[in-house]
Amino acid sequence: MLRAKNTTGLVFFPAFDWAISPTHPEREERLLYTQDQVLEEGLMDIEGIVELKPDIVTVEDIQRTHFCAPDPESVCTESHFISAGGAKTIGKAVMDGVIERGFALVRPPGHHANRVVHGARGFCNINIEAIMIEYLRKHYNVDRVAIVDTDCHHGDGTQDVYWHDPDTLFISIHQDGRTLYPGSGFLKEFGGPNAVGSTINIPLPPETCDEGFLYTIEHAVLPILDDFKPDLIINSAGQDNHYSDPITNMNFSARGYAKLTEMLKADIAVLEGGYSIEGALPYVNAGIIMAMAGIDYSKLQEPDYNPRFLQQPKHLSREIQKACEDAVNLWKKRDEFKKTVRSKPNCETRNRQIYYDTDNISESQLEVVRICDDCAGALRIDSTADHSRRILCVHIPRKACPACVKQGLEWYDAADPHTYDHIFLQDRPNDEYRVK
Amino acid sequence: MIIGLDVGGTHTDAVLIGKEGLIHSVKVPTDPDQLLSTIIKALERLTENQAIAEIERLVLSTTLATNLVVQKKLPPVAVLVSAGPGIDPEYFRIGAHYHVVQGVLDHSGREITSIDKNQIVDIGRQLKDQGISCAAIVSKFSVRNPAHEMQIAELLSPYVKHIFMGHVLSGTLNFPRRITTTYLNAAVYPIHCTFFDAVQLSLEKQGLSLPIRVLKPDGGSMNFSSSLDYPAQTILSGPSASVMGAINSAPKDKTCLVLDIGGTTTDMALILNGVPVIATEGIEIGSYKTLIRALMTRSIGIGGDSVVRIQNGKLTIGPDRIGVAMAYGGPVSTPTDALCVLGLTEDGDVQLAKNGLSLLAAEMNVSIEEISESIIDLACHEILGAAGKMVNFLNSRPVYTVHEMFENLQIKPDHILVLGGPASQFAERLAPHFTGKVETVPHWNVANAIGCALSRVTCEVTVYADTSQKIITAQGEKFEQKITEDITLEDVRQIAFDLVRAKALRRGAIPEYLEMEIIEESQFNMIRGFHTQGKNIRVRAQVKPGLLPNSIRKEAIV
Repeated sequence: MLRAKNTTGLVFFPAFDWAISPTHPEREERLLYTQDQVLEEGLMDIEGIVELKPDIVTVEDIQRTHFCAPDPESVCTESHFISAGGAKTIGKAVMDGVIERGFALVRPPGHHANRVVHGARGFCNINIEAIMIEYLRKHYNVDRVAIVDTDCHHGDGTQDVYWHDPDTLFISIHQDGRTLYPGSGFLKEFGGPNAVGSTINIPLPPETCDEGFLYTIEHAVLPILDDFKPDLIINSAGQDNHYSDPITNMNFSARGYAKLTEMLKADIAVLEGGYSIEGALPYVNAGIIMAMAGIDYSKLQEPDYNPRFLQQPKHLSREIQKACEDAVNLWKKRDEFKKTVRSKPNCETRNRQIYYDTDNISESQLEVVRICDDCAGALRIDSTADHSRRILCVHIPRKACPACVKQGLEWYDAADPHTYDHIFLQDRPNDEYRVK
Repeated sequence: MIIGLDVGGTHTDAVLIGKEGLIHSVKVPTDPDQLLSTIIKALERLTENQAIAEIERLVLSTTLATNLVVQKKLPPVAVLVSAGPGIDPEYFRIGAHYHVVQGVLDHSGREITSIDKNQIVDIGRQLKDQGISCAAIVSKFSVRNPAHEMQIAELLSPYVKHIFMGHVLSGTLNFPRRITTTYLNAAVYPIHCTFFDAVQLSLEKQGLSLPIRVLKPDGGSMNFSSSLDYPAQTILSGPSASVMGAINSAPKDKTCLVLDIGGTTTDMALILNGVPVIATEGIEIGSYKTLIRALMTRSIGIGGDSVVRIQNGKLTIGPDRIGVAMAYGGPVSTPTDALCVLGLTEDGDVQLAKNGLSLLAAEMNVSIEEISESIIDLACHEILGAAGKMVNFLNSRPVYTVHEMFENLQIKPDHILVLGGPASQFAERLAPHFTGKVETVPHWNVANAIGCALSRVTCEVTVYADTSQKIITAQGEKFEQKITEDITLEDVRQIAFDLVRAKALRRGAIPEYLEMEIIEESQFNMIRGFHTQGKNIRVRAQVKPGLLPNSIRKEAIV
């Protein structure tokens, strides 16, 4: 009889009545065939696999991570509250020991959502992994967390949320940003001056095959994870690297995804993108569930799988090898890089233009972080969106030192309500969110 | 008049019901090794001195199939499985003649790899040589497209006597359960036939030439000829008999918890606004997980004859039963003894009950009356605790739409119906533990057999329309038609209702008493590229489980 080696929890929330728009890739039908495949395989009947009903996150859960302008209710639909809630349910169940591992098979996704949210970008409104992680940090005293983003698109939102946090390692493997949305995720993006090296980007060339992905996991991701020693490993499990995905150019297979999952041994996986709803998702999702549970997936494959078309050209293998070496090198020399970064003038500021492709909003941000060796550093973001809303966001980090607490409060108190539409304070040591 | 007969683990109950209601009832001990003679004995005693010519039908709930499965006495049958990619079908190996054959369908029923005719014929010859006469045929995604199962069946038919196909037995997606379900139907079939032939023959000897109906675990019944196509649907019908026995007493505006307190166990179920709750998953029996639909029931090892012990200084009840209560000459103290000591039983030897309980009372350093109170309180507490768990399970069932998530219907029982041997005594004792009314069901000691007698014929169908493939199918109903792109959800609903009605009538339903409903429906636009290519519509309809009136025109009974 089949039995899961690892007790594995599953939240399945396909949001069968929610879409960005009727013909959008993020539509009602997206997980329909996945559900059919999962049910027909009988995965939910396997001893050791349990299905959990998702929670609904609270406004407080969202505000622990995000600054939403003007508030979470305005930038989220009900479905976002549930998909973030699904991730939270899995996180809680893992921490409570109800399950050893879990997979939040939910939609809509979240990894393109930044700390500041004016609307939807890359089909994402709020960052469901970050909301879960910050919930677990608050309620279960989790400290060091690693996020491995295996979506084909760079997880720029998650990178932004954790840009300054030395306790969160964010590794993103994705199709090279020169060839795909959102156009970022290069090696040189390696974290802010207080967290150099805690962001690692591994861009892979188009048409990377199973071989290349698994090489990257083995030779870059796992060594860095081993060294970082996280309390929890989260996998942002996007499935758009699949060879049949309509909006990307990679050549990854369902069994490849299963193998990746087996190697990564993430505690929690959260579904991100993946829009080949008939040809890939049913098989990739089944593969991820089977691999997480430790069930034999050797007979799993897509109906049209043909290994002859999925051979990786030699020159790609060399490129991938180089990308992995660069990533490991960056990780090993992060202290040196930190010195270099900090020696540059204005290293404490970031000036950015952010485009919300889904909602067609442009935002400009001026971000200032207090350079600090004792914590992640107080953070001040002055943000203006093109529908002429200007907000000031002050973040006092979770383990803030007294100096950063003081700096954060000063920024908040000094902000002039006539200059800004909203002034927000995220006071993490007190788990408080203030608005003026 | 109608006969209802419920074979239980300990007792077999039989009732005779006429226009005026219950006419006569009997209770005989069940001999699990001699089910036929148990049934015949009960019927003889029931119909003695009755106007047997007026009896319209016999409705039977038996443990025959259940016993075969639990005692692992199933005869060898062949299982042919075509799976394709996914979990290795070797993990679902069942029985001694399990063959994985070629053939692959995808999740929409499109053929990826065809059947290998020679392979099937070879297996057929082999089975014939081995003397295997029943076969189960199952292909993955056959509920989307039964072509492979039908092709295999046709190729195999010259070599075996009887074939069961997975798609006929359920429209639900779950390949491993479909394998198990089809296997069980094939394995139970020969004994099912022999047994019912024997019942019929014995009835005829008594001058009772009656249509027989068989109770199913979903609280509905089917005629005997239908049961030949679905013999495994007779498994575990006992708990549904109790629920159907309680259903007429359940207020239409309440959430009722039904407790059937027996000798060994208490079975529990829920009736929501007069309709019993059906389990989302099929029955599990022994190590078999099936697609056989059933009412949602739970069982806890606490009954009137459960063994009372003191373990580590704490009072415990059950889960085992050794014999009857000491008050009735049994070997160990039981909750029934406690009821006897408290003066709540009509008969029973109080002194014998006290003898047993005095030892336990001494060990706990309390009086015999006090320990009796504690035993009954504990039994009530544990029964309601188990019921609470069942309600929690129901409330934490996942949902898949934003609408259902925010609607978040939570169930909380506000009424209890008790039946079974010690029903009246327990009803009184349960009341203080529960906010809401606690009532006994009329004729509580044979209400299960009454439920059995009056249960309506039920069935369900699943209809699947895919306008991009321009096809509508209802597996198991031999229904497959071409459709146009403009078919609507309303059209599909109507088709589902027509199919349910036809199926119910084939199974012996009486047209005036068909209460049909849609239990699941969904409609998705299928977008390929950025264009709508079609619609995917899924509708599931059923005849609601319910009761028939006491008397119906005789010619309506099939």
